[in-house]
Amino acid sequence: MTALPETTDRKLGLVIDLDTCVGCHACVISCKGWNTENYGAPLADTDPYGADPSGTYLNRVHSYEIQPNDGPAQLVHFPKSCLHCEDAPCVTVCPTGASYKRSEDGIVLVNEQDCIGCGLCAWACPYGAREMDPAAGVMKKCTLCVDRIYNENLPEEDREPACVRTCPAGARHFGDFADPDSHVSKLTADRGGMDLMPEQGTKPVNQYLPPRARDAQMQPPALKPVAEDAKGFVGWLDKALSRVGGG
Amino acid sequence: MHPAPSVILFTSLSGLGFGLLVWLGLGVLAPTGWVAFVFFTIAYLLAVGGLMASTFHLGHPERALKAFTQWRTSWLSREAWASVAALVLMALYGAGLVFFASRWAVLGYLGAALSLLTVITTSMIYAQMRTVPRWNNPTTPAMFLSYSLAGGALLAGEVTIAIWLLTIAVVAQVAHWVVGDRALAGSGTTIASATGLGDRGAVRSFEPPHTGTNYLMDEFIHVVGRKHRVTLRAIALISGLLMPSLILLAGVGHLLAAVAVLLHLVGVFASRWLFFAEAEHVVGLYYGKR
Repeated sequence: MTALPETTDRKLGLVIDLDTCVGCHACVISCKGWNTENYGAPLADTDPYGADPSGTYLNRVHSYEIQPNDGPAQLVHFPKSCLHCEDAPCVTVCPTGASYKRSEDGIVLVNEQDCIGCGLCAWACPYGAREMDPAAGVMKKCTLCVDRIYNENLPEEDREPACVRTCPAGARHFGDFADPDSHVSKLTADRGGMDLMPEQGTKPVNQYLPPRARDAQMQPPALKPVAEDAKGFVGWLDKALSRVGGG
Repeated sequence: MHPAPSVILFTSLSGLGFGLLVWLGLGVLAPTGWVAFVFFTIAYLLAVGGLMASTFHLGHPERALKAFTQWRTSWLSREAWASVAALVLMALYGAGLVFFASRWAVLGYLGAALSLLTVITTSMIYAQMRTVPRWNNPTTPAMFLSYSLAGGALLAGEVTIAIWLLTIAVVAQVAHWVVGDRALAGSGTTIASATGLGDRGAVRSFEPPHTGTNYLMDEFIHVVGRKHRVTLRAIALISGLLMPSLILLAGVGHLLAAVAVLLHLVGVFASRWLFFAEAEHVVGLYYGKR
């Protein structure tokens, strides 16, 4: 069971556009909402209104500052969830077979009835995509909203992951990477989609689109010095203050 | 990594217990009757006690039997099989020595091999983790094996073997620290590769995803325990390995041997605490920490 499938018929996953993401965390909230109300154990919060709130999330948005050698710093918002890796190290370490990768669509899932909560899969994941639920004692992770994408009770436009459906900026895309003509495959090819931590050898399915190069210098020009040859009251003030010293 | 007391107790105690079982199984010492009973009781208390402690960190210990199913891929599952097989065979072998004063050698050799295999599988659970570069190298199994066999020999009262193995354990332990201290830098995983943004400039974590802490930070980013690393490394080396050797060289009585074992145990706990507390998981890079 915890052996990885040789190949998968489809490779479902996400494209995350770091150029477009505005860091609003709407995907975080909609993910938490959907996955608390639906498939599996709810995502617990501990001490939510107290001094030390903490909770289980399947999707978190970091923010990074990039400081180039020349030019102004750039802020990049960085959503991170399970990348549904082809060589998922979290699956093979599982002692019970609770963790598995589906051969039909490549989604990595946890069968919560079999999970003993040993935490080894979270150790094996370099991305921090798995979190142990403090209330249920089982491992939680992104399911790619497996209970939405095939759900015929939902209107067709809702049959995509909650994070993608809710993103107001259109920074998240869902599709099949095994199909070279799919929306996500084309986006990845056009925009130079990249793997996170390629040296870890996980072969992630999810792809990240790098921010586009800036087309204009964003740094505002420095303010001009005021009244270098000031006359009248301002001139007198300048001289008087200069005598006091301190620039 | 978070140094969970249950896992530190487990690896330390069951390491010692299975180490003792190796020497008993090989027939290096072959006590019979009550003396055998005492030796086997000590070995089983340590090995089984450690295994019991390890179940305390499980979210659902009542499902632990399921952990026997995935031996094809999972080192944890292999450990479950190896430990149970070793304990069953060595119990039969021990019964022969205790009740029938006869040594069933083949059973003993098999039990010793399985005890050794148990320690190897334990160490491989950690050594396989590419996400923790400090563990992901041969010094991890070398350290676990040498500690286990040295501690076992110490418990068995095998002076010459113990002194040799304690010396080997010093080498393995120091190698683990020397290799480990450079491992993260040598792994090639940085905040640049983690974000894929490194070719644009220096990347810095500007804002974490949440104002509070979370499971990932509690489990994988442990900095407090590293504060006293120099002191703890000294305790591991001096109390755990050098002092017991010196005591054995000075000559053995039962009382002195007990002191040597206790000193060794203190050192093993210090070493195992550091093994976890010092280990940097690459997910910390996403939080600008290590």
